[in-house]
Amino acid sequence: MADKVLMKGNEAIAEAAIMAGCRHFFGYPITPQTEISAYMAKRMPKIGGTFLQAESELAAINMVYGAAAAGARTMTSSSSPGIALKSEGLSFLAACDLPSVIVNIQRGGPGLGGIRPSQSDYFHATRSTGHGDFHMIVLAPNTVQEMFDLTLEAFDLADKYRMPAMILGDGMLGQVMEPVDISRGNNIKTYVKDWALTGTKGLRKRNVVNSLYLSAEELELLNFQRFDKYKEVEKIARTEDYLLEDAEVVVVAYGICARIAKNAIDTARKNGIKAGLIRPVTLWPYPKHQLKAAAEKAKAFVVVEMSMGQMIEDVELSIRCSRPVLLCNRTGGMVPTREAVLESIEKAALLKGEQNADSI
Amino acid sequence: MSQTVEIMIAGFGGQGVLFAGKILAYAALMAGKEVSWLPSYGPEMRGGTANISVIISDTPIGSPIVDNPGVFVAMNQPSLEKFEEEVQPGGLIILDSSLIQLKVKRHDLQACYIPATKLAEDNNLKGLANMIILGRIARETGLFDLDTLYLAASKSIPERKKDLLAFNKKAIEIGYNY
Repeated sequence: MADKVLMKGNEAIAEAAIMAGCRHFFGYPITPQTEISAYMAKRMPKIGGTFLQAESELAAINMVYGAAAAGARTMTSSSSPGIALKSEGLSFLAACDLPSVIVNIQRGGPGLGGIRPSQSDYFHATRSTGHGDFHMIVLAPNTVQEMFDLTLEAFDLADKYRMPAMILGDGMLGQVMEPVDISRGNNIKTYVKDWALTGTKGLRKRNVVNSLYLSAEELELLNFQRFDKYKEVEKIARTEDYLLEDAEVVVVAYGICARIAKNAIDTARKNGIKAGLIRPVTLWPYPKHQLKAAAEKAKAFVVVEMSMGQMIEDVELSIRCSRPVLLCNRTGGMVPTREAVLESIEKAALLKGEQNADSI
Repeated sequence: MSQTVEIMIAGFGGQGVLFAGKILAYAALMAGKEVSWLPSYGPEMRGGTANISVIISDTPIGSPIVDNPGVFVAMNQPSLEKFEEEVQPGGLIILDSSLIQLKVKRHDLQACYIPATKLAEDNNLKGLANMIILGRIARETGLFDLDTLYLAASKSIPERKKDLLAFNKKAIEIGYNY
């Protein structure tokens, strides 16, 4: 096994991006993700890459647009209010089918909010990252190792499917330091980008990157084609399951909440409650089939999230509201405790499968 | 036997609690253990209180948050007042008795008093009370020997500050052997 190094989550993302071949990083500082920019500022000049602190988030995302159009592996990172500012650019990236990686290390909102960890951009990431009909791949790491691994994967998926991919973390995952094995970064697949704007040199037909279509017929056809592609992408939906096999209470949580839930599940098991965990690793595509399958055995669900109940909607949709779903949440930068999750599991264990959660 | 130790070190910003935690984390990494290092970040870093949570375990770590430390280190009085009640029964509190006049109130845990700041000043190691405390943590918990700590310190200290390594080692040793 390769030697492990201690890294902050934010640093692991930056190192993974560099190892994935990203040589164009455009950012604008914001807590709690600034270590990504700091890491890039230190490393990029030494490896012939570009670190550019843009004049604003809008500028940064449009620089990503330019670099991606030229076929380069490129990334930008920010935190909640900064990601909101990038929304227009994200829509353009999706509209032009440009591979790119966007990192959101979430903090409490709405507005400027606070600087403590949060998951309140779930809707923004999975539903409404910008105007128009489109999706982004959204990956949700829960350890520093995954911050590294999923960043590598984000670059790969973005190139493979020609679409933007987001790493959706939170302030705690950005700041926590854990051992990381970075050896996977030595084995990177690259893709031929014959669509990129690299200059024709008079030898080929010119490529065009454009999102303006005044013919409704043409635009509709493009959207249909893009959504056919999304059908393919939906196959990458995946989860990490923990003690799910015989679980009567299924906890659904992503990111740092999944780790808190694991502790609570261990205690619940010791107390004789058959609890298990489904941790969505991909938030878009959402692992709806995995959830639906779990509902066949489970009596009740508990959703743990650091928001006012956003992912819970995907859980209820996935299981067609066939089981009661309890919400265990904190918001504004507060983090659910193991005890609170345990209490929710205990409450859920008392429910019969048919009972409606609204009556609790 | 599988073992998990949850450690919290708290003090003023600038006392080096994050750095002491980082060396602990490196020592754990070198000992082949699972480890997480989680700072309380934010405005505290600008002169207020700061604390660091380190979990060292033989098995993968769930939540990196330490709500109830088994080992709690107070490097100033507000930290002791804030966290004493949160320490696990049967746990350990280590405090810098040159900065904290209070005694540990609880009787269901072990208390260790070490005048780290004064020891640092007396030995021309001003600012290295955190390293003295670190040595004491290792000795009290039996987690790491001196050589592992030295190695972890040399890993944690950046190249441009390598001339300070000897002072750090000396401070660790003073705490370890106190």
